[in-house]
Amino acid sequence: MADTSMLVRHPLEARRTQLTELSAELDGVALELETPVAAVDLRLDPADPGPAAVADVAGGPLPAQPDTWTELVAGQALRLGPDEWLLTSTAARPEDWEFGLDEAAAEFGGTAVDVSAQRTTVRVRGASARRLLASGCAIDLRPASFPRGRCAQTLLGQAGVLLVAHGVDTRGDDDLQLFVRPSFAGYVVDWLVDAAQEFRRPT
Amino acid sequence: MQLIACPWCGQREEIEFSYGGQAAVAYPADPASLSDEQWARFVFFRDNPKGPFAERWVHSAGCRRWFGAVRDTRTYEFLSVGPLSATTARPSVLPEATP
Ligand SMILES: [Zn+2]
Repeated sequence: MADTSMLVRHPLEARRTQLTELSAELDGVALELETPVAAVDLRLDPADPGPAAVADVAGGPLPAQPDTWTELVAGQALRLGPDEWLLTSTAARPEDWEFGLDEAAAEFGGTAVDVSAQRTTVRVRGASARRLLASGCAIDLRPASFPRGRCAQTLLGQAGVLLVAHGVDTRGDDDLQLFVRPSFAGYVVDWLVDAAQEFRRPT
Repeated sequence: MQLIACPWCGQREEIEFSYGGQAAVAYPADPASLSDEQWARFVFFRDNPKGPFAERWVHSAGCRRWFGAVRDTRTYEFLSVGPLSATTARPSVLPEATP
């Protein structure tokens, strides 16, 4: 089969430069498009031993708590619901990622489906990242209630998003990841660009 | 606007949820034997109490799970949330239609 991995582009590739240029003019906010990853939607009985068996194939433990995520060897495992996870991989090809996980899940009555094209990712970094997102998101984004390791499916503006909290780095810069459906991605980036205007460096 | 406690996600904004009507409407044991009027009663007729009402809700913008809630229809206050009771489940195998 022909290698199609070279053809994967971010749906908003045309706006990458705009975001880079805008970020340079902002104080404490940087917007960036993330490289697309392989993603699989896993449906599985959360009772033992299914999750542990799939974790072996995924390369890391599946998060046990609601609205949390864990790091895999080359990707993320995000808990979407009582019996649903999103597993991403930066290393595997989508079809291989799906095949391996589905094989492991099937043994316990679960399924894994390739959803790599279902969501695209925007990264929001900087000391004011949470303040920017909080202006259009109802959940409590303060670091104490939304620390590293938390994720949440919610609304940003009018669009459904999956918000993921990464760590605050040594410079105090925050790091959040935003999964969004490609058809809503343009809207979400428009919204972010608009909301970011108030973080412009004074000239 | 108020917060609704999803049994899975916790407190979330009301706009993330959708309403699913009255809970615990039992599916007829033998649907084929119902008259049109009885069928219409099952499909369209619902209680409309003034006070606590058992309802179905779905967290559409969050975990996408259905759950049951008891809401006071006078104050819109949610008195409790929990899993859908077994009586609301549609039988997985429907009775075979008689020719
Ligand atoms: Zn929920």
